[in-house]
Amino acid sequence: MTAALRFDPIRLPPECEELRKEVRAFLADEIARGTFDPHQPHSEDNDNREFAKRVGAKGWLGITWPKKYGGHERSYLERYVVTEEMRVANAPTRRFFVADRQSGPVLLKYAPERIKMDILPRICAGEVCFSIGMSEPGSGSDLFAAKTKATKTDGGYLINGTKIWTTSAHIADYMIAVFRTSPPTKDNRRHGLTQFLVDMKTPGIKVNPINQMSGQKEFNEVVFEDAFMPDDHVLGEIDGAWKQATSELAYERSGPERFLETYYVLTELVRSIGPNPDARAAEGIGRLVAQLHTMRRMSVSVAGMLSAGKEPVVEAAIVKDIGTLWEQALPHRVRDLAAFVDADVTNLPTLNEQLAFATKIAPKLTIQGGTTEVLRGIIARGLGLR
Amino acid sequence: MTFASSARSYIFANVKSTPLTKHTISHAAYAGLRALIMHPRLSPPCLFTIMPPTKKQHSIRSFADETCLNNIKGASVAESENIVVEAAERIFADLADSQEIIRTANGSWKAPLWNALSEAGLTLAWVPEEHGGSGAGLADGFGVLNAAGRYALAVPLAETMLAGWLLAQGGISSPEGAMTVAPASPRDAITLNADGTLSGRARGVPFAKEAKHIAVVATGAKGVSIALIDVSACRIDAGLSLAGEESNTLTLTDARPLELKPAPVDFTQNSLLLMGCVVRSLQIAGALETMLDITVRYSNERVAFEKPISKFQAVQHNLARLASETAAALAAATSAADAISNARIFDDAVMLEAISAKIRCSEAAERATGIAHQVHGAIGFTSEHILHRLTLRALAWRDDFGNESHWAVELGKMVCARGADELWPLVASR
Repeated sequence: MTAALRFDPIRLPPECEELRKEVRAFLADEIARGTFDPHQPHSEDNDNREFAKRVGAKGWLGITWPKKYGGHERSYLERYVVTEEMRVANAPTRRFFVADRQSGPVLLKYAPERIKMDILPRICAGEVCFSIGMSEPGSGSDLFAAKTKATKTDGGYLINGTKIWTTSAHIADYMIAVFRTSPPTKDNRRHGLTQFLVDMKTPGIKVNPINQMSGQKEFNEVVFEDAFMPDDHVLGEIDGAWKQATSELAYERSGPERFLETYYVLTELVRSIGPNPDARAAEGIGRLVAQLHTMRRMSVSVAGMLSAGKEPVVEAAIVKDIGTLWEQALPHRVRDLAAFVDADVTNLPTLNEQLAFATKIAPKLTIQGGTTEVLRGIIARGLGLR
Repeated sequence: MTFASSARSYIFANVKSTPLTKHTISHAAYAGLRALIMHPRLSPPCLFTIMPPTKKQHSIRSFADETCLNNIKGASVAESENIVVEAAERIFADLADSQEIIRTANGSWKAPLWNALSEAGLTLAWVPEEHGGSGAGLADGFGVLNAAGRYALAVPLAETMLAGWLLAQGGISSPEGAMTVAPASPRDAITLNADGTLSGRARGVPFAKEAKHIAVVATGAKGVSIALIDVSACRIDAGLSLAGEESNTLTLTDARPLELKPAPVDFTQNSLLLMGCVVRSLQIAGALETMLDITVRYSNERVAFEKPISKFQAVQHNLARLASETAAALAAATSAADAISNARIFDDAVMLEAISAKIRCSEAAERATGIAHQVHGAIGFTSEHILHRLTLRALAWRDDFGNESHWAVELGKMVCARGADELWPLVASR
């Protein structure tokens, strides 16, 4: 059992600290020229194409990928540093975040050479946006209940059905989606789904916006009506998507974005409390910082394992479980601690505005990218309980 | 130099395949050899007989044959980083089995366990060879204490190691026998009087009643000093920790120390307390590891409603939370141990690491013990079952060297004093 609980104290190597300085200087410059406001947490949602291109030009997209695809053959730990600095600054990463974290690595592994040569360099340049087509109206956490059908036709497949809760689909150039190519078998209900690369300009695809309770407009419903996908857009094994999902999830689940989503309220709380906290505020802040530090150390440890070519699926699930619960509770804890802040403190309106936003997005944090319940199932499996 | 490397260089230099050669060796090499002898990959060949130790030296007789020697010099052992920890675990498994300890109500298990630990050089692991110890690295010692936590070890190994470490900071040699440290709480302080005597009170000093000597951090007009005192020089009042272990109030009234040396620059009472926090964090993390292990095992064995309770989703989710809390404790504690092992001074970064470990491990102890007992049901609440040895120690260890509330206030103050925009750089620097 203890083998499943390895969180070695990995430290980021010196080249990461050099890179961190560069990223901070770049972001400070972008803030100075008015690209985004670091105190506005929703600026992260902005689809800022020019910013994305400048990040790409810096060489910070596709950091780990082979040079022949536009990548930079640097370490996964360097990618980690770029990600956390962007997240903490509330930088507008919407355009490239999913492509860089998740979609690119899938293409690298499963796409035909022609497609890799076409798309990966454009991801590295910050030019393309990806979305992920997993959930359907009748299939959320239970991915293998997906019904959207891919029917074989001449030279490809015809897609019919609906994906839902698809973040960024309205601005995305591509989607990586799972479609049903065969019915599940009796002994394997996970059989029969295939991963596809979807060009969002394909005729027969309609994107309908779904507004969220937070005021964000990132969700969509995506309807497919006889949308044609050529054969070479199949990613990996036909009917075998379930074998391809696990390693991808370790990348998706353990990153700094899994505990830093509402981090800004902690910074702003410290600002409003000032340099001489009373015991109550100091204790509250001390505990939150201790918890944050611990999660980051766990997350860096997982990044180190990924960097070493391991597949720490259970560790990643643990990081996301603890991390998302923490970032979900954070606005509420900060609200408690801010209750006695002097009403005249100048940054109080900013804190309150941030709190309102963080409190509104908090409920989704333990749902997106694998619910708490799904994660605990994965951890339980790692413990040998199922 | 670690035990293992001492032992290896000794072997390369001295041990020949001639039978029955007598060698005189240092404490460190001796400890390393003990570790090698007990190393599972080398058993069963018996390589050395250990002669009764003299004051400063151990002697051994080697009667190794060629194969054994090659074995010992060979890569399989040379590459083993954790030889000291493995040796310690072997002693714990043989002599500190929780079920045995519960069966042996009269405490007769204590002496053989202590003797084995001290013979193996573990009690003075953090004392350099020139001060009478075995000169292990901090990292090796931290590993031993994490393992001690896994066995809910109830002899003052951690305290004696801490005392040896503290004395070494002042260049004071460690005496033989059990020791502890004072103060053990941030609310207490010992004063160094002008005449070189010590006064003050220290509460919650772990194992003071079982110690022969106490290593003390004292503050006087000229700054911080480190002192070694005999227990007969102070009053020790009765007191027990949550786990029923000695946890005593120590009163010093113009007590004359056996040795007194100035502390290194920048060394304060907080340095001792933070070191103590990391030690307790590792012990808590270790206890949680075993708790997770036995709780998962029990859930697979215990049948209710016609199936093992591990098959119920509600139980699985509780066990997943237990695993997550154990993982968090282990990550926080090993990170802090790594930080201190590689730090020259106790700066803000080390403070963040050590304090976070104490806070997060203490929080994990509360949650993990709750779940472990919930899954065990009534059987876990009995005195025959080993679970209480783990739960009560994990909970009791929270109290030593400053509890998590105290340190949270200190960390919060530090963070606020540095300012809002310096918080992330601090966190990211680790």
